[in-house]
Amino acid sequence: MSNKLRYDVIVVGAGPAGLAAATVLAKSGVKVIVIERGRFPGAKNVMGGVFYTDCMKGIVDEFPGKAPVERHVIEERMWLLDDNSHVGITHKNEMFNKEPHNCYTVFRAKLDKWFAGEAEKAGALIINNTVVLEPIVENNKVIGVKTDRPQGDIYANVVIAADGVNSLLSKSLGLRKELKSKDVAIAAKEVIGLNEDIINERFNVKGSEGVTIEITGSFFPGETMGFIYTNKKSVSLGVGMILEDVINSKMNANDLLESMKQHPSIAPLIAGGQTKEFLVHLIPEGGYKEMPKLVMDGFMVVGDAAMMVNSIHREGSNLAITSGRYAAETYLEAAKINDFSENVLKKYIHKLNNSFVIKDLKKYKNLPDLLQKDKRLLQKYPRLLNQAAFELLTVNGIPKKEKEKMIWKTAKKEIGISNMIKDLIKIWRSVK
Amino acid sequence: MHALIFIKQVPDASQVRVNYETGTLIREGVPAILNPFEAHAVEEAVRLREKIGGKVSVLTMGPPQATDALKECLSMGADNAYLLSDRVFAGSDTLATSYALYEGARKIIELEGDVDLFFAGKQAIDGDTAQTGPGIATRFGIPLITYLIKLDEVNIDKKYAIATRLTEFGQETVKTPLPAFFTVEETLNELSYAPLPWLIKAAQTEIKRLSSENVELDRNQCGLKHSPTKVKKAFTPEKRQRGETLKGTCNDLAKQASEILLPFVK
Repeated sequence: MSNKLRYDVIVVGAGPAGLAAATVLAKSGVKVIVIERGRFPGAKNVMGGVFYTDCMKGIVDEFPGKAPVERHVIEERMWLLDDNSHVGITHKNEMFNKEPHNCYTVFRAKLDKWFAGEAEKAGALIINNTVVLEPIVENNKVIGVKTDRPQGDIYANVVIAADGVNSLLSKSLGLRKELKSKDVAIAAKEVIGLNEDIINERFNVKGSEGVTIEITGSFFPGETMGFIYTNKKSVSLGVGMILEDVINSKMNANDLLESMKQHPSIAPLIAGGQTKEFLVHLIPEGGYKEMPKLVMDGFMVVGDAAMMVNSIHREGSNLAITSGRYAAETYLEAAKINDFSENVLKKYIHKLNNSFVIKDLKKYKNLPDLLQKDKRLLQKYPRLLNQAAFELLTVNGIPKKEKEKMIWKTAKKEIGISNMIKDLIKIWRSVK
Repeated sequence: MHALIFIKQVPDASQVRVNYETGTLIREGVPAILNPFEAHAVEEAVRLREKIGGKVSVLTMGPPQATDALKECLSMGADNAYLLSDRVFAGSDTLATSYALYEGARKIIELEGDVDLFFAGKQAIDGDTAQTGPGIATRFGIPLITYLIKLDEVNIDKKYAIATRLTEFGQETVKTPLPAFFTVEETLNELSYAPLPWLIKAAQTEIKRLSSENVELDRNQCGLKHSPTKVKKAFTPEKRQRGETLKGTCNDLAKQASEILLPFVK
């Protein structure tokens, strides 16, 4: 049949990774089609909400420009949360007020829609409301995709899978295993509407300045992470729970979110707010070790589909965008010699290996396992630290020396000196 | 065959809530959708085109965001989409809106050729007035068939259509000369899942713009100033109280429930 739908590249999924790939390709005159299952790009996309500026270099002319961003982050807090308290560190820096801003809080429903508009302006064709069912494979080479639409088969030189955490495409091609409950987190997030002035006052910022708070510790089961991000007129508050922790703790993410909202350190920040949105999504947190095979003949995997999330540094969309750009650049090189075999597309992996994407993921490759096996790290230490801080700061006639002794005694009893040394070495080894 | 469908982008009424303190609607975060009745009008016209050939045009009056609704019509198979957008229309009631759309439609006829069938939804889910469609039909001076539930036959050569409409008492099947104006019910058809090539074509079709610059308008019939509708009074419907919740074991519940319900049975 001559009226086959044929493009140079099919991008599956209009998230950051797919849109970055599509924009770069379209700018170079490549005929690219993006297939998105949502009603519009962003309709089904969720993240905590911090978006880094740097990754947009070379993709759009200016960022944020007219992009819908909320606040630029000038202060980052890290809290170790116990039942009624927290110990925290804060970094606030006037340098973060300098443009280009390091990062912004964003809503993905708006940002992805904007990004899709940029891709369209560059010449990419974006088709919404359409689900890609499976790849079309011929002689072990991916030659297209089958969609759920009538007359819905599309053919291309290369298919870029940006189909997210569940990546059905790479799974059906046997590039990845079934997601394991230890490698995927369920994130629940609530957007709580508050007056702009109230946010500025409560978080001690002005104008479009914003604050992020990353939270872990004994308040949460397992290695759950929480976060609070300031938007213009709302605060995003959420938790990310590894599925394994959901199973073990018999607590689900939204119940946990509810109890987090009651915590004395958090409740005053959101008091009087109205819940405007509730969002849930999966985050691939398996890290480097669980990454799928990234290329095969006529096929590349990018973004969440490739497990490119650095959960320690809450980075994901920037890894996704960078991987999308590399996949596009690899395509451009392959097109020059008209060879889209795995051998040529492997350049995509080389580019990733030489960049922060894989270097960072490799650096933390053992951390997910360590945090899973060693429950002390995110449970006992935070609790001890909170107890110690309380002890030391409470003036009750007991000499400081004695207090220190008591703290040490508890630490020795709860964890043990040798364990502490072991933990230090383990942490050092897994992040060095 | 040339069909022209008047469409409207509306807030998804199922997601609009009332702020009972201020008595206003909470519109924030409510997605804008294609008025559901008009989706069925587009579906019907597209099916007709697939059967007997021709083309399907859609027209809306609204702000630039209304292009989303037009794009949806295109991806359902419409061939042309027109956005009539101008500040002079701000604040239009149904009379002024039907005038603006009438002039817009005349422009489309000039550009695309005569229209055989005009369609609109039976009403919009935001205003629920069911006046704009009939208003346009009246201005054209053509037969109006409201509450269409079946388009039995369309004969372009002999310029007639046989249509079944819903009435207060049942249904009636009528024969009408063409051109005619139909306002449609949701039961007219079931929306189909458009083939991929249509979506691709839609993504590549540009929305054509109409405004006072390219449409001849009598400004004395446009906008808020020339909208005779006056809102005399608005009220907030009473908040529905939550029903009483019974608690207890199955037997307790049955006993409690029967105690409450029995007086009503007697």
